[in-house]
This record gives sequence, C-alpha cells and structure tokens, in this order.
Amino acid sequence: MSKEWPLYEVFIRGQHGLNHRHVGSLHAPDAEMAIRHARDVYTRRKEGVSIWVVKSNDITASSPSEKGPLFDPAESKAYRHPTFFDIPDEVGHM
Amino acid sequence: MIATVEHTGNVTPMAISTTPDPFIGDEALRAVFFEWLCRLGDTTLVLGHRVSEWCGHAPVLEEDIAFANTALDLIGHTQMWLGLAGEVEGEGRSADNLAYLRDAAKFRNLLIAELPKGDIGITVMRQFLFDVWHFALLKQLTESKSPRVAEIAAKAVKEAAYHFERSADLVIRLGDGTDESHRRMQEALDYLWPYTGEMFITDEVDRQVAEAGIAPAPDTLKAEWDRTLASVLSEATLKAPDGGYAHTGGKTGRHTEHLGFILAELQFLQRAYPGAEW
Repeated sequence: MSKEWPLYEVFIRGQHGLNHRHVGSLHAPDAEMAIRHARDVYTRRKEGVSIWVVKSNDITASSPSEKGPLFDPAESKAYRHPTFFDIPDEVGHM
Repeated sequence: MIATVEHTGNVTPMAISTTPDPFIGDEALRAVFFEWLCRLGDTTLVLGHRVSEWCGHAPVLEEDIAFANTALDLIGHTQMWLGLAGEVEGEGRSADNLAYLRDAAKFRNLLIAELPKGDIGITVMRQFLFDVWHFALLKQLTESKSPRVAEIAAKAVKEAAYHFERSADLVIRLGDGTDESHRRMQEALDYLWPYTGEMFITDEVDRQVAEAGIAPAPDTLKAEWDRTLASVLSEATLKAPDGGYAHTGGKTGRHTEHLGFILAELQFLQRAYPGAEW
C-alpha cells in the first residue's frame, strides 16, 4: 500500500437545478473521508448543496497528443452548429 | 482574534442579538448566569485556541483545514457566549475584553480544554470526548428558557453536530486502524480520562442556573455521554479506563500551568498595545 492517500476529484453542485462542477482535487484515505475533506476544503463559504467525489485514477482522459485527430476534424463544419434556423418569436429565449 | 486569519484582515463583528431576555438584568441570577456563561465561553475559547495550533502543522493539508474550521467554529461560539456574558454582567465588558484582559485565575474553562495539543491522537481524542459532551449540552440549550441562550445554541449545535461526526469517525478509524494508531489512541484516552469527570460536576452555580431553566445540570448529561462513548469506543476497539478520579478546578479558576502559556500568546497583543485594532 502506498503511504500517500489517493487523489480524489471533487465536484460540487452550487444550487438545486445546476450541474455538479469540477472544483478541484484532494487526498483522502477513502471516498467517505474525501467527502468530509471536500466539505472542509471547498464548501467553507456555502458554495454547495451536493458533493461528488471520484478517484482521479478512475477517470479516463483523452490524451493531449491526440488533440489534433480528436478535435480538428470538427473545425470546418460550421453547419453542425444550429445557427441556420430561424427561431419563431413565440419561442422566446432559448 | 484567531478569526482574523480566516478573513482578509477584515473582521465582520458578530451581529448583536436584540432578542429580549428576562434573565438579563435579573439581579438574583446575574452573578451565577455570568459565571456559567464564562465557563462555556472560556472552554470554547481555550479549546479553539488549542485546535488552532495545528494550523500549518497538521500531517496533511486536508486535516489542517478541517482543524482550522473546527477552531474557527469554537472561536465563533466564544464570541457569542462571552458577548452575552458581558451583557449579563452589565459592566460594559465586551467579548474581547473578557477574552483578552482577564488573568488565568479568572478563566473558568474546563481543564481538558487547556491541555497541550500533544500528538494527533491526543488532539482527536480530546476533541471527541469534548464533542460528545458539547453536542449533548447544546441540544438541550436550544430549549433554554433564556431566549438568548437558546438562540446561540441553535446556531452552534449545527457546527457541534458536524464536529462530533468528524471526531467520532476519526476515533473509530484510528482506534481500529494500524497497531501504531491504535496504541496512540488508547494512550490518549488513558491520559485524558481523568479530565472528563469535570464536565459533569454540578456545583452551586450549575444548580441555580438549572433551577432557573437556563441550562441542564451537568450531571444530567452524563448518561447520554456514557452511552455514545461506549458505542464509539467499542467500534474503535478502545477501552475506557476504570476508575472515576476526576481532576477539577478549571470551573472555579484553579488551572494547570498550561493556561498561562496560552494566555501569554493569546493576550500578548492587547496587553502590549492596549486597544490596538485592525
């Protein structure tokens, strides 16, 4: 067993109805303690109504070196943005 | 106060409650009510200071912040209890006056609060033994016949509930942890045990405050404390020592040598530069 506690990523929902947002990371011996630590580290100023934590190791991330093949092909495809529709006035704010 | 570390040098004074309270100005109760408030406020002040000593020194950053939060909560309670004490006394003394300008013999905190922070074992075990008592007391104080006491307790009890959850969890994890953490927790419990009895000693001051319906008599809190302790300690595989010997004196102003050192640090600025402000 490593002497260092594993790293957890912390997600906090600021208000009901909003999404959980990534706010940072911290070390904890297990998920339950990670929640406590997150409460103490990230919600001291009443930032949240809900906390998620997940082990950083459990997140599979895209590799920065594949940035080109992954994202560049979308560059010249403006038609994928729904900007070519006329929105009727009755719809109001979208 | 320590609270200033938290804010950017800009302290918002605790809102002063204007709720009328029949016990403020009650001549028959003035002295004992004041004394009782100092016992509670001094205990949270001195313990808050002790816990704050971990700030920047805890073994991991996350625990460092958690300790600092606890310390700040306790100092916050102090501002309210000693603020009310000053009002009850009626001689114009503020919470700051009481905290910074009294000598050790005037302090009424429980002895367990002033013991040095020791290792994490001592700090966590002391916090746990205190939190169980503190939480039980505050729950009852929310029903106090003194509206001001009930008001403060309602605010403080939420923080105390979290302190209790956190310290009980740590006692279980460390008690039932590695050989070393178990040994340290058991040693801490053995060392602190004789300082727990003072929490439940009920003297004349306590009796009068209890009769007025302001606060429960300390001895009535013992049964709940015993029950909670038994269940957490058994889960933590720790054993409370036999024997009921209790060190006493804190509540009447007879302290260990440790309090003087705390006050030297805590009071230095106001003593050296009277009236200094941010």
